[in-house]
Amino acid sequence: MAGFNTMRYVKNSRLKNIFRSRLSKIRFKGSSFVLAIPYIWLILFFIIPFLIIFKISFSEMVEGTMPPYTPIFSYEDGKLDISLNFNNYKAIFAGDDLGLDEFDDESEQENTETDSGLFSSVRNAYNSISDTLSDNLYLQGYWQSLKVAFVSTLCCLLIGYPLTWSIVHASPTMRSILLMLIILPSWTSFLIRVYAWMGLLSDTGFINQLLMFLHIIDEPIVMLHTPFAIYIGIVYSYLPFMIMPLYNAISRVDYAYIEASMDLGAKPMTTFFKVLLPLTKNGVIAGSMLVFIPAIGEFVIPELLGGPDTVLIGQLLWQDFFNNRDWPLASTIAVIMLMLVIIPIVWFFKTQRASEGKV
Amino acid sequence: MNSTPYIKSKWRLLFLFVGLSFLYLPIIILMIYSFNSSRLVTVWKSFSFQWYEALIQDEEFLHAIYLTFSIGFFAASMSVIIGTLAAFVLTRFNRFRGYSIFSFSITAPMIMPEVITGLSLLLMFIAMSNGSHAFVQYLVTTFNIQEGHFLYPFLMQLDGFPNRGVITIWIAMVTFTSAYVTVIVRARLKETDLSIEEAALDLGATPFKVFIFITLPSLFPAILSGWLLAFTLTLDDIVISQFVAGPKSTTLPMLVFSSVRRGVNPKINALATIIVCVVSLCVFMAWYFMRRREKKLLKELRAMNAKS
Repeated sequence: MAGFNTMRYVKNSRLKNIFRSRLSKIRFKGSSFVLAIPYIWLILFFIIPFLIIFKISFSEMVEGTMPPYTPIFSYEDGKLDISLNFNNYKAIFAGDDLGLDEFDDESEQENTETDSGLFSSVRNAYNSISDTLSDNLYLQGYWQSLKVAFVSTLCCLLIGYPLTWSIVHASPTMRSILLMLIILPSWTSFLIRVYAWMGLLSDTGFINQLLMFLHIIDEPIVMLHTPFAIYIGIVYSYLPFMIMPLYNAISRVDYAYIEASMDLGAKPMTTFFKVLLPLTKNGVIAGSMLVFIPAIGEFVIPELLGGPDTVLIGQLLWQDFFNNRDWPLASTIAVIMLMLVIIPIVWFFKTQRASEGKV
Repeated sequence: MNSTPYIKSKWRLLFLFVGLSFLYLPIIILMIYSFNSSRLVTVWKSFSFQWYEALIQDEEFLHAIYLTFSIGFFAASMSVIIGTLAAFVLTRFNRFRGYSIFSFSITAPMIMPEVITGLSLLLMFIAMSNGSHAFVQYLVTTFNIQEGHFLYPFLMQLDGFPNRGVITIWIAMVTFTSAYVTVIVRARLKETDLSIEEAALDLGATPFKVFIFITLPSLFPAILSGWLLAFTLTLDDIVISQFVAGPKSTTLPMLVFSSVRRGVNPKINALATIIVCVVSLCVFMAWYFMRRREKKLLKELRAMNAKS
């Protein structure tokens, strides 16, 4: 009997293999056409544009011509001439010819308080980094962007994880309703959601009026055009992107592990950090990257909610491109930004592939 | 096979309450103030529809809405084609040369910061436009093509292609949104059973016929949701559009952004209310029908199990 079964299995699998090979072989004849359309499109509108950005970052700005930059490759008398120009990179890292002398030194006065321990040493390191960066507009922009993106990602995670956990543990009907309610705002306009906060946070806005009506405050708190408003805007806009991968991860956790841990006497906190969090690691990474990477280049939110003291790198790129018409410098900013995000992007794809392999 | 239990706890309800109010209160307050008659958005005066009337009479807005919807329609249609083909290539093809570059660059626009995508595409369009201009000039001078020549109108069309405007926004949006379509369709393709296609092939159908009559219908829900997502993403995009747009192609988000930059404007509140209501209605309907279908499928499955 067992022999018969094995025979049948072998026969079946051989048949399947024949089908499979036929399937892929037949596909392969007409496949070049299927492959060509998306492939050519991607090369033309994704790969080459990046090479062009990279190229233009090495040229110099010229006023009055179109396009407003010097050529890099020139072909004369049968000789190819390449002139690379590193001034843009120098301008960003050394901060020359930027006229930033009036950058105020208020931050130094705040360092007088003394406390000890790990926290203060971290804070000192942080202060020294921001001090060295504060005299360079572009490095300051990158630093601010990284900081804002990091803190917003952390906030998204801190809000998103308990929220997602609460959704997963609802009754099945409620779960699908709640999930829809979370996604729904992201289908409406992104711009409108940011705009909603402008009305809420302004000096005469809803929050200030409410607080003043309740006599909690006498004067309006300035919230719009502050870093706080940027954080609110980013967390609010990107929260659904954090929740989706987290939901996938948490809903797939085999609950027997949690029960086993609790039965063996682990406290809820221990169970969370030792069992649930490691099991949902891929979801946490994917969600964090989906928030962190786009937040680095964010332009609309800081432009509408932020103030003059936090200028993010996306805004600097925009200003250099549209207001100063300095295309090479804008390209250089983009190239360096790409270097910053390439590691998180690769990490994101790696975890994606890992979680795909598991399922 | 779902082992996650239903947990009844105060904490859970608290998290849900706080999270959902954080997500919804701003939008609800925004909608309430669209019915305010005062010019100051934040000071309530009395109930009125005046901002809706002002919005309907604003020709600039109406034109932008028309333009955005048409770009969205065509961009979503094209990105569904590209995205479906790409998903097909990624799941069904043997590994080919450049597979990893392909799989990376099809999904990368999804998380790439928008300023980078916008800038790189604009520089590409300008390079293309200069190239086509030079090409046309070369043809005109070498073959001495003058007005009246049968190629002349065609060459004038080609001269400086692509002009910054609707066509460049369309290309940029297709590039940006086909990533999302690919992800959705790919997930569906992975779940589908190969055996039906194998059977059809075995019974003598040509691969093309199999694709049209078996693969496509089974992918239809995924393609539809990909189309809808691409459409809404196009309606929503500011940064990339702003980079690649020309002087005469102001889309709705660009118009809203330039008006919002100057401060809060009750007309925008009215527009936002309309958008939110329309979108919620559509999403809710889609959700309801999908749920009903799922329930029906489950019932049939149970009936089948009970029989056997």
